[in-house]
Amino acid sequence: MSAATTWTIPEVRAALDSREISARELVDEFYRRIDQHNPLLNVYLALSPERAYAQADRIDAAIASGDALPSLAGVPLAVKDVISTRGIPTTCGSRILEGYRPPYDATVIARLEHAGAIILGKTNCDEFAMGSSNENSAYGPVRNPVAPDRVPGGSSGGSGAAVAAGLAVIALGTDTGGSIRQPGSFCGIPAMMPSYGRVSRYGLIAFASSLDRIGPFARTVRDAATVMSTIAGRDPLDSTSASTPVPEYAASLGRSLSGLRIGVPDDYFAEGIHPEVRRKVEAGIKLLEKLGCRRVSIRMPNTDYAVAAYYIIATAEASSNLARYDGVRYGSRVPGGTLIEMYQKTRGRKFGAEVKRRIVLGTYVLSAGYYDAYYLKGQKVRSLIARDFREAFEKVDVIITPTSPVPPFRLGERTSNPLEMYLADIYTVTGSLAGVPGISVPTGKTSEGLPVGLQIYGPAFCEERVLHLAHAFEQAGGADL
Amino acid sequence: MKISREDVLKVAALANLELTDDEVETYRGQLDDILTYIDKLNEIDTSNIEPMTQVVAASTDGSTLRDDVVVRSDVITEVLRGAPDPAPLYFRVPRVIEK
Repeated sequence: MSAATTWTIPEVRAALDSREISARELVDEFYRRIDQHNPLLNVYLALSPERAYAQADRIDAAIASGDALPSLAGVPLAVKDVISTRGIPTTCGSRILEGYRPPYDATVIARLEHAGAIILGKTNCDEFAMGSSNENSAYGPVRNPVAPDRVPGGSSGGSGAAVAAGLAVIALGTDTGGSIRQPGSFCGIPAMMPSYGRVSRYGLIAFASSLDRIGPFARTVRDAATVMSTIAGRDPLDSTSASTPVPEYAASLGRSLSGLRIGVPDDYFAEGIHPEVRRKVEAGIKLLEKLGCRRVSIRMPNTDYAVAAYYIIATAEASSNLARYDGVRYGSRVPGGTLIEMYQKTRGRKFGAEVKRRIVLGTYVLSAGYYDAYYLKGQKVRSLIARDFREAFEKVDVIITPTSPVPPFRLGERTSNPLEMYLADIYTVTGSLAGVPGISVPTGKTSEGLPVGLQIYGPAFCEERVLHLAHAFEQAGGADL
Repeated sequence: MKISREDVLKVAALANLELTDDEVETYRGQLDDILTYIDKLNEIDTSNIEPMTQVVAASTDGSTLRDDVVVRSDVITEVLRGAPDPAPLYFRVPRVIEK
C-alpha cells in the first residue's frame, strides 16, 4: 500500500476508479508517511487534515454515486507557505507572520480544489521566498530527500522535497529568480515556472511583483502539464493575468520533436559551472539531438549583467512590498513606546537576516540620489535581457541551459557569503527578468548521485512547446543520463 | 567604500527597521560587496534604452481592468481575529495624538 506515495496523477485516478483505495485512505497514507519523514526533512510547516479529509470525503461521495470526477480528483497537493490558504496558517517562513491565517484562498488554491486536489499542508521555504537553499526559513532548513546532508534548493525547497520524498503527488511553488526551477533541479524532479501573467498571483504574498510567478512541482512532466492547465488563465482579481487562451497542455504531449531548433547559449557555459553539471547538460543536449532536434549556437550577450539587474529590481520591489509588515494588521508585534518604535522593533526583531539585508539594499537603491544609478539602470538592463531572449527566439524554438551551475550543496556550506549565493542564480534570473516560461527537468546525476537539472526556456506563453520538449526528454530517459 | 555606516542607518530608518550594531556593520560590508558588484552595469551604455516597466503589455481589448462593481467580502471579523491587538472594528496601535 505504501506504493501509493509514489503515484502520479493518472495512477491516483486509476486507483480511485478501480476502488483499490478511497480518497480518505489515500490521505491517511500520506499523513502517515509525513509523520514518519517530516521530523528529519522539515518539509511541512503546517498540515491541514480537516480540510484534506473534508475534500477526500467529497471525492469519495462522488465516486460512490458514480459522478464524473474532475481532473485532479483525490490528488494530494502541497502548497508553498507564501500562498494564501483560508484558515490554514500561512507564515511565508517568517516569524513576522507567525499565527497568521488568511481570510481567503489564492486563486490557484480555489482552482486546484475545484479540480479535486486535496491540500495536505503548507511547505517550508526561505523567508518571504528570499533564498536559494531554504536555509533562510525562520522554522529551520529543509533537507534534500535525495541526500539529507544537502540543501533541497530554494526558495521553494519544501515543495520540491515534498514531491521528491513522496510526501505529496504535486506541489505549488513560486519563482521570482529561480525558486521553482532550482529546487526542482536539486531534488531531481520536473518543476515549471510559467510565463509572467500566465497564472494568477491573487493570494500570493508578494515578494517582487514584476517577477513573482506560481508554478508546479510534479513527479512527471505530464503531471506538471495537468496542473498548469488547471491553474493558468485570466483572473479578474489579478490585472496582470493574461487572457491568452489556455491549451490542454497534457493533450499535446508525445508528438515528434523532429526539426525543433534548440538554442544553446555559449555564454551560459563560460565560467563558474561545475564540470559534472556541464557534462550532464551536454549529455542532455545530445539526447535532444538524437530525438530529432537541431542544435543552434546562440548568443545572449547581456547574461553577465542579469544577476546585478535582478538583485536591484527584486530587492527594490521587496522593500516596498514588505512595508506592510508593521505589527498592526497581522502576524506578530513587538511592543514599543511610540508607533514608530513599535514598527521598528517588530520589523527589526521578526524579520530574518536575509530579508533585512534585502530591505536595506532595496531601500537604498530606491532612495533619493540613487534611483537613476541603480533602479532605473536595472530596468534598462532588464530591457536588454528581454531583448536577448526575443532575438534568440527569432532563430530557435527553445533555449537549453543548465538550471543551476552547481549540484545541491551541503547545509551551511554557502551561508557566509550572500553575494556568492546570488551569483549561482545566473541561469534562472535571466528568464525571470524576461518574463518567459522555463522548466527544469532531471538530466542524470553526478558521480555522488546528486541530481542535475536541464532548463528549457520558451517564448512567452509558449508553455505548450516547453512541456512537449520536456516530456519527450523525460520519456527518452533524460533522468538516467 | 561605497556605503557607510551612516548610509545603512539612514536606510534602516527609512525602512522602519531596528538594527543592532552588529547588524549595521555586517550589512555595511555585505552591501558594499554587492553594490561594488552591481557597478558592473556601468560597463553597458543604456542611454538609448527604455526601462522595462511592464512585463506583459496591457491588453488592448480592455479586459485588463475588471468592472468597478462593489461586492461584499464579509471578512472583517476574520481579518481582525488575525491582528496582534484588535479592538473591533479597529486595529489598536500606540497613541499617536497627544491628549
